[in-house]
Amino acid sequence: MSEYIIEMCNITKEFPGIIANDDITLQLKKGEIHALLGENGAGKSTLMSVLFGLYQPEKGVIKKDGKEVQIKDPNDANALGIGMVHQHFKLVHNFTVLQNIVLGMETTQHGLLKMDEARKKVVALSEQYGLRVDPDALIEDITVGMQQRVEILKMLYRDNEILIFDEPTAVLTPQEIEELMKIMKGLAAEGKSILFITHKLNEIKEVADRCTVLRKGKYIGTIDVAGVTKEEMSEMMVGRKVELRVEKGPAHPADVVFETQGLTVVNKEHGKKVVNDVSLKVRRGEIVCVAGIDGNGQTELVQAITGLMKADAGTVLLNGEDVTHASIRHKNTHGLGHIPEDRHKHGLVLDYPLAYNLVLQNYFEPEYCAKGFLKYDKIFQYGDSLIEKYDIRSGQGGKTIARSMSGGNQQKAIVAREIDRDPELLIAVQPTRGLDVGAIEYIHRQLVAERDKGKGILLISLELDEVMSLADRILVIYEGEIVAELDPQAVTVQELGLYMAGSKRKAVG
Amino acid sequence: MLERQGFRSALASVMAILIGMLVGLVVLLVSNPGSAVPGFVAIATGGLKNPKNMGQVLYYATPIIMTGLSVGFAKKTGLFNIGASGQFIMGAFAAVYVGVRWTFLPPGLHCLVAVLAAALMGALWGCVPGLLKAYCNINEVIACIMMNYIGMSTTNLLVRRLVFDRAKNQSLQPAASAVLPKLGFDKIFVDGGAPSSANAGFVIAAILGVVVWVILEKTKLGFELKACGYNRDAAKYAGINDKKNILLAMVFAGGLSGIGGALSYLSGSGTGIPVLDVLAAEGFNGIPVALLGMSNPIAIIFTGTFMAYLTQGGLSMQSFGFPTQIVDIISSVIIYFAAFALFFSQIIGKIKVGPKVTAQEKTDQEHKRLHDRMDQVKAQKGGEDQ
Repeated sequence: MSEYIIEMCNITKEFPGIIANDDITLQLKKGEIHALLGENGAGKSTLMSVLFGLYQPEKGVIKKDGKEVQIKDPNDANALGIGMVHQHFKLVHNFTVLQNIVLGMETTQHGLLKMDEARKKVVALSEQYGLRVDPDALIEDITVGMQQRVEILKMLYRDNEILIFDEPTAVLTPQEIEELMKIMKGLAAEGKSILFITHKLNEIKEVADRCTVLRKGKYIGTIDVAGVTKEEMSEMMVGRKVELRVEKGPAHPADVVFETQGLTVVNKEHGKKVVNDVSLKVRRGEIVCVAGIDGNGQTELVQAITGLMKADAGTVLLNGEDVTHASIRHKNTHGLGHIPEDRHKHGLVLDYPLAYNLVLQNYFEPEYCAKGFLKYDKIFQYGDSLIEKYDIRSGQGGKTIARSMSGGNQQKAIVAREIDRDPELLIAVQPTRGLDVGAIEYIHRQLVAERDKGKGILLISLELDEVMSLADRILVIYEGEIVAELDPQAVTVQELGLYMAGSKRKAVG
Repeated sequence: MLERQGFRSALASVMAILIGMLVGLVVLLVSNPGSAVPGFVAIATGGLKNPKNMGQVLYYATPIIMTGLSVGFAKKTGLFNIGASGQFIMGAFAAVYVGVRWTFLPPGLHCLVAVLAAALMGALWGCVPGLLKAYCNINEVIACIMMNYIGMSTTNLLVRRLVFDRAKNQSLQPAASAVLPKLGFDKIFVDGGAPSSANAGFVIAAILGVVVWVILEKTKLGFELKACGYNRDAAKYAGINDKKNILLAMVFAGGLSGIGGALSYLSGSGTGIPVLDVLAAEGFNGIPVALLGMSNPIAIIFTGTFMAYLTQGGLSMQSFGFPTQIVDIISSVIIYFAAFALFFSQIIGKIKVGPKVTAQEKTDQEHKRLHDRMDQVKAQKGGEDQ
């Protein structure tokens, strides 16, 4: 028997005008966790869809246990024991966990469902692999992390041997990520072979045995993870040296540019204070980071500040002016910049061209608008200037419909728009979520540059690395309250984690 | 790129119409094989048979262009204005009332005031669902449907009380000074001495179509309205007053439908507002007109004319012994296929766009498509595993 359970040898897949996979070889050992690393558009998805039977490669062969196999469609893949957990789960929300797992493979007797056997198998599997889920809970009632476990159980229930995880951590909280890493290790220990698509180097370091790197459709190499550093891996992925640590000098905080006093938001449905008496200050020339686990009131805090949501108590001061009840437009034109948490929901009008999106905050100004008519030539000129200045890549320049752009470039467009307005306070909410290393580096640099220009930056982040490397001051939010103010130089990641989890707190000065 | 997209949409609409006509021919063949071909020729060419028929096409087109513009305008702002019927009939009443009773106004001004009154009344009728949607988040479709019935009954009541022609069970004819000018159309569109009902209404509708296009494509207001329509959250984030814009869009849409009512009943053709418990069909016909025109105001002028052309052709068809129901089925089938216009547009897009995109775009598109397909397959697989 071959050492490898799956081998993809010299795979070439072309699309008109582009070679998506150029002579790529990927060998998956039985029982190993094999990471597939590459930037967006590097060819990871294409390679996985070749393995899944969605595409037929022009060249190359796929072998299972050393024997050549033909995978013509996903049913063939399934028959060979290949399963996949998608980034966005495919679950029926008003079905129970058990119903979702057996869906499509129900055991029946005289046309009636026989759920008892299925239940036994599911319970046995979840015990064997440490996947704690309640089989009778409804999907809509359980957390995202649990939903992912249901997806994993679905694969196991179908006796899949080769498990593909497509960017599984993008939607998880740090705790859930830790849990998932444990589960993946457990699966590998039980003999399952795992392909792990990601661009997060930390995760590769933690769980993967080996790692195959792709760049622009080409095979760069396969490495033993233990033997290389994160810096080396990112260099392989991007093709140049990438600063993983943000270069930044000491902060020179000046006067207070922004302040909240006793800001409180009450949830209308359950009457709890989701933002509880938050008082914070941001000075010019410093990055203040609000750190916390997702869902601890960060979204509501930001929306109450920016005006997307009404605050129930407290005041918001911008440049000394009370803007608590001012309109969003007033705040936006009086020194507030906002990189929103959800770039598709709030940040962009996806069906508008890029240029329109770049003037979304200033189309009404005399420069672009006269007597109610917009000056479209000026708008496109300005758009082109931002596209060049901030290196936003798009197919047709300012006329590109935002929806067709890659996530990284969409985010760059938002960052460009908000920074170029020269706000005095920039609120950046998870500005690098879902982006690859190159784009993250770029956005971090922009934030630091704005700080050094004397702007106040309020950063809301869930990524501990980001918090530690960017912040000049850390405020920890837990259940809507600021529970600690920390100096990133003087605190360890572990300690920060304890504050974020609510098991430690300290008076805020 | 924009021109190309416009061309693509137009081509798609034409394809939808052709296929609809083909299916229509099949229906004719089934119902009466003997007269099918002459009947089909009649519906296809009836609108061009003589100048009078051409004039009638313009006359029938006027109200549905207006309601089409109304529905299309609301659609661009992300709203479904199914209340065009109520706005139309209330506008019609306001115009007829001013036309019949306000004879103290000088000619010229009289007609203008009647049309403006209709616009205001329509706007008022559109404003109610707009207010409810913007400030109470009540679905505009429900509110619009209710406003249709309220509008119908109110009009019936007011016509009976204020401007009733008992003999004909309809509204009185407006004074001559309130009737829309003929612009010489009664000299051009004539057949055997009988003029058509064509009048300035069509010209006004066409001009308003251009005005709506300018508002949507060139002004700040249009930019904000469309931003709200595409993504209300993002509009709000950018400081656009989403509530005000939703209200404004419904007021505008209502006004357009209301003007449609005025142009319809100030035509001097002798028809009055009938006192019947039936919703005004012009309002609903605006929906396929807008759909076929993909909510583009300029396109709506043409699709409205096209629908009117079918109506006129259908009348010609009746002389071949086809019952009116068959005529209605044929026009409905053609309109039905209009709904496929978007589908055709996508197909054309795939064929035409091919060679022009850059490699980077291509991969982006492929990846997007791929992910969609993976999702589909995964969902399917669930069902096929047994």
